[in-house]
Amino acid sequence: MNKRLGQQGAVGPLQLGGLFLLLLVSWLLWSGIYKPLLLWLGLFSCLLSVWLAKRMGFFDHTQSLTMRSLLRLPAYCWWLLVEVIKSSLAVARLVLSPSLPISPTVVELIATDESDVSKVILGNSITLSPGTVTIDVHEDRLLVHCLTKKGARDLLQQEALRRSSKRPGLD
Amino acid sequence: MTNLVLDILSWVLLCLGGGFVLIGGIGSLRLPGFYTRLHSASLTDTMATILIFTGIIIQAGFSLAAFKLLAIMVFLLITGPTASYALANAALQSGLKPDADALDESQADPKNPAEREDVE
Amino acid sequence: MYFVVSLAILVTMVLALVRALLGPSVYDRVLAVNMFGTKTVLLLSVIAFLFGRPDFLDLALAYALINLVGILAVLEFFQNHTRGTQEHEHD
Repeated sequence: MNKRLGQQGAVGPLQLGGLFLLLLVSWLLWSGIYKPLLLWLGLFSCLLSVWLAKRMGFFDHTQSLTMRSLLRLPAYCWWLLVEVIKSSLAVARLVLSPSLPISPTVVELIATDESDVSKVILGNSITLSPGTVTIDVHEDRLLVHCLTKKGARDLLQQEALRRSSKRPGLD
Repeated sequence: MTNLVLDILSWVLLCLGGGFVLIGGIGSLRLPGFYTRLHSASLTDTMATILIFTGIIIQAGFSLAAFKLLAIMVFLLITGPTASYALANAALQSGLKPDADALDESQADPKNPAEREDVE
Repeated sequence: MYFVVSLAILVTMVLALVRALLGPSVYDRVLAVNMFGTKTVLLLSVIAFLFGRPDFLDLALAYALINLVGILAVLEFFQNHTRGTQEHEHD
């Protein structure tokens, strides 16, 4: 994780300014008190946060989030919401059924050609939908724990669909 | 009229969210093993969060409170899986084995008898 | 109606506490505490509207931030702890 900490590429002023503006707007919305002292404190803390983020290497990983993936975000969110609803209904039925028919399964997904950011998005999306939890990310494979065998099969099916890009994705 | 419809919608969402919270709590007591309990916690973390926050946002209408609620919801939805992953990975690293079978190429061997009994 | 939802959240918080007391492994307890924390955020947001006090939302956000950092810190502590005692077992 700390591999790329040292190398800092050329950080565009657009990214720095974007983060700064985002922080500033959230400060103004949250604070609600507009006295000079507090405004200066807010400005100072926003600048400090941007500097810390740059020092942490936050901007080194953002290059793969392009305009194209931003445009795909709504479709992806919608697809994810539908998946979450489907899988949580399934898990709720499992939990409430008296015989507790679970069959825990571990599957391994291989993600060789993805960047770090897409791997994080993939892992987080899998964990977000109930019934599947990413338990390990090793180099280029994701270990996923599923509550049922059926859930594991559905996951592999979805993964195949994603691979052939028939499913909304971010990249 | 639209107010009434929005009201009913938000109450339905809130009640469903409360139900999912309860189901997740029951699941975290009923399910055996740490890794399966993780699933029921994720049930309350995602589905119940989405339902309850959407319900309150509809009640709040278009205001600063709605924006804050949306920000909290997005924050919870992003950090929830991260915390779950950190927890599961810490358990795995410490040597807590998941009591699970591996799904061994179910496509290559669809008539595996050991697997068929679990299929419903 | 907010009352019913907050009651459901409170019951689940009690269930999470029971799991935290029962939990065989330390990770079960951390999971239960994490669940308790996220339910607190939900409860604070609902209470903000139940009592009509929107300032509770700021508390909810602060609690969400503290909860995440707290869970990660506890996990880091336990991981370092176990790594010290069983270093030969894994990398």
